[in-house]
Amino acid sequence: MTLDIKLTSSVNDFDLNIDLSLNTSKVTAIFGPSGSGKTSLLRAIAGLGNRKNASISFNGEVWQNHSADNRVFVPSYKRKLAYVFQEPSLFEHLSVMVNIEYGAKRVSADQEGISPEEAIESLSLAKLLQRDVNTLSGGERQRVAIARALCSKPRVLLMDEPLAALDDASKKEILKMLVTLRHQLNIPIIYVSHSIDEVARLADDVVLLERGSVVTSGSVQSILTQLDLSLAHDSDAESIVDAVVAAHDDEFGLTYLDSKVGRFSVLRREFGQGEKVRVMVSAKDVSVTLNRQRDTSILNIFPAVITEVKEAGPSHVTLKLDANEVVVLASVTKKSAAIMRLEVGTSVYLQAKSVALL
Amino acid sequence: MFSEADLVALLLTLKLAGISTLALLVFGTPLAWWLANSQWRFRFLIEAMVALPLVLPPTVLGFYLLVSFSPTSFLGQMFEAVFGQPLAFSFTGLVLGSVIYSLPFVIQPLQNAFVAIGTRPLEVAASLGASPIDRFCSIVVPLARPGFLSAMILGFAHTLGEFGVVLMIGGNIPGETQVASIAIYQHVESLELASAHWLSAALLLISFSLLMIVYAANPKARVLRWSR
Repeated sequence: MTLDIKLTSSVNDFDLNIDLSLNTSKVTAIFGPSGSGKTSLLRAIAGLGNRKNASISFNGEVWQNHSADNRVFVPSYKRKLAYVFQEPSLFEHLSVMVNIEYGAKRVSADQEGISPEEAIESLSLAKLLQRDVNTLSGGERQRVAIARALCSKPRVLLMDEPLAALDDASKKEILKMLVTLRHQLNIPIIYVSHSIDEVARLADDVVLLERGSVVTSGSVQSILTQLDLSLAHDSDAESIVDAVVAAHDDEFGLTYLDSKVGRFSVLRREFGQGEKVRVMVSAKDVSVTLNRQRDTSILNIFPAVITEVKEAGPSHVTLKLDANEVVVLASVTKKSAAIMRLEVGTSVYLQAKSVALL
Repeated sequence: MFSEADLVALLLTLKLAGISTLALLVFGTPLAWWLANSQWRFRFLIEAMVALPLVLPPTVLGFYLLVSFSPTSFLGQMFEAVFGQPLAFSFTGLVLGSVIYSLPFVIQPLQNAFVAIGTRPLEVAASLGASPIDRFCSIVVPLARPGFLSAMILGFAHTLGEFGVVLMIGGNIPGETQVASIAIYQHVESLELASAHWLSAALLLISFSLLMIVYAANPKARVLRWSR
């Protein structure tokens, strides 16, 4: 997918000035604090609401053009996209099943994409099909909304903080489904969020928005670990390591994952051998030693080199570590950094007390 | 009980109310939709005009209609040129008058229902590939069904109760413009109180039954609330 967007608008002291070119078939997260223009950007892509001063083209097809001599506006229903809103916004006069089929009935049969049956399966909706939508819980409603969007066989799926309004349990459950769906779907997803956790789990690329303009964009691994960005010195800064399931260890109940960093040991999880997974390492859970510790209970220990040191608050520094070309962040106290003389170029061993497998 | 003339008047009333309601639905639905969605800064002008029959004495409305229906007026001449008969004191004239007279009773429930739906379901439907007409049929109409029912019944019932306007523009031609309310007035004038009782009771019963349906169908909705 190539999506070129130029967007300028100025409403109530809020200036939007976005010039963005997305070139991906995967998941792009639009990340930023509230009021940064994420939703405005997504709505402009979808062709919803006020026609802002925008030029948008999708795979060379002009969706919107604002130049004086050649005005184009392709209405939303002709863009062949789907939009999942923060509120599920189900059609309350229709049953779950008819909601799911709404988009499917309005798309030509030869359009490639997921069938209602597959969507129902992926989002575990089989038991809800005959229910009145008004009796569903928030999480169930959002699952139906996602299935409904997928069944319209969109060429691009737009999601506007679909989990933000849900309770933690539903959030976790749906996030897991989305992570799985990400691999099944062959369509690009543009996912608006202000949760680092969701971005780290789902996104391949990240566009960082602040006060109506793009601050930076790039792969999720690089954006999350760029120390000059707000994301990386946040208390919940994380790094992402791509890995492949190598083996299971039944004796100790562990699963081994191979990555460029080295072999991770994680609690046993039901993944097939060779399956690609994402390991999330929280900066808080990483400590460093100058020598390889032998007498430690920590299993995940890897050699690395410090490439950057950045102050993070009154007592801590964040270390950017290069572990065989993979970036891992570590949060250590200023005192430890001083005692150990941690500086750029120092070779260390990183110890990850716990890692999350996505 | 009912004399033949009374029956004719009663049937004419029902026919007038039926045709007027149908016309109101056809023209009122797009108008109500526009009023519910328009961002036009002078929309209030149209809203005030639509609401006028709520407050205006029917005789005032009837007087202006009578003037514009007269064979010397533009509308009157146009109508006579096309249909070969005058508009004043005709059934068609009554339908036209009733449509204007009952307009707010159809527009306001519809407009309220449309506003209550909001833009979100329509945005969702658009993103799922539904064209504007498709969205109106598959989302707006079913979601606004109580509003449509109220609009129909209120428009119908209000037209049944029309008196002043008919008196001004319809006159009293049996089978053409003599509706039940006029016939009742005639009976009372001629002291035929028994006939007046029967016709009045008939109108009362019909109107009450209709309103009952409105309120039963909208247990929670505030059908007869005009403010939004």
